[in-house]
Amino acid sequence: MNLPVTPAGALAAIVIMALVTYLTRAGGVLVMSRIPIGPKVERFINAMAGSVLVAVITPMAVHGDSAARLALLATLIVMLVIRKPLAAIAAGIITAALWRWWISL
Amino acid sequence: MSAQLDLAGIVSGLKRMAPLSLFVIVFGLAFGVAALQRGLSGLETLLMSALVFAGASQFAALELWGPQIPLIALIATTFAINARHLLMGAALYPWLRHLPTRQRYASLTVLSDANWAMAAADYQRGETNVGMLVGGGLAIWLAWMIGTLMGVVFGSGITDPERYGLDVIMGCFLLAMLVGGKRDLSMLVPWSVAALSALAAMAWLPENSHVIVGALAGGVAGLLVPDKPHEQEASA
Repeated sequence: MNLPVTPAGALAAIVIMALVTYLTRAGGVLVMSRIPIGPKVERFINAMAGSVLVAVITPMAVHGDSAARLALLATLIVMLVIRKPLAAIAAGIITAALWRWWISL
Repeated sequence: MSAQLDLAGIVSGLKRMAPLSLFVIVFGLAFGVAALQRGLSGLETLLMSALVFAGASQFAALELWGPQIPLIALIATTFAINARHLLMGAALYPWLRHLPTRQRYASLTVLSDANWAMAAADYQRGETNVGMLVGGGLAIWLAWMIGTLMGVVFGSGITDPERYGLDVIMGCFLLAMLVGGKRDLSMLVPWSVAALSALAAMAWLPENSHVIVGALAGGVAGLLVPDKPHEQEASA
């Protein structure tokens, strides 16, 4: 099934994308509101919350270039040592930018 | 545990998200430029950013944009890339359930990675104000719109954000949020399982499935972690 790229077709595609995306945003809460939350469900949710981030970040670290890896490493170290998110993120960005600037010379 | 949403909390969320929002502008700019190159009109580009408000899936949609837009592929791609929201929303449910239904589902319209990560950290600390989720989301939405508009108006600006390390900002931000949350060594097992599952899914399962697979595997591994006093308190 295809939508033609007429103004109406493009608008339909955008609206459909928006609906699908809102469904993902609201769907988790909607489903949870129908499940009784016992200690097991709570343990599952707590572990899953951090796991979402782990699952996003790990492939960046493993499949990313050296700049991305060094940036994540710098962020991790600064975060573990001084626990200041802004400083940690800045360290990561500066590391990546410096590394890419240096290898492009 | 309770939760409420008020203007002061939203404003505070806006302010806390302001630094990262500056970078979101650059991503929005890159999207605006890419969308025009792909043949979308300026109005369509702005409309997509305003209504969809999910960068990765918007870039992916551009790949599908041609003389004909394949509808099933568009829906499947959008869903797969954004399905992580399902789990993020579910994780905040114990908090959001204290809000009136309308506020709860209205707040979720601006759910995205960065404000979710900060809101989840707030929730873990016992914060009752949901303003971080909504204010932070509004800040990102505004920045995303400003960036898209700049991309549409000025055409080409930064076309290779990689050069400046901009693509790693989100990774660094999310990592900082992860490490900055509550220190809990019992999470090491679920998180390791999540990391390995995500990599395995990336290697052997369909594209874009790795976040869901990793998060669910981590959650299941969390069931093996023994109960702790604070968890019993929280569920009481």
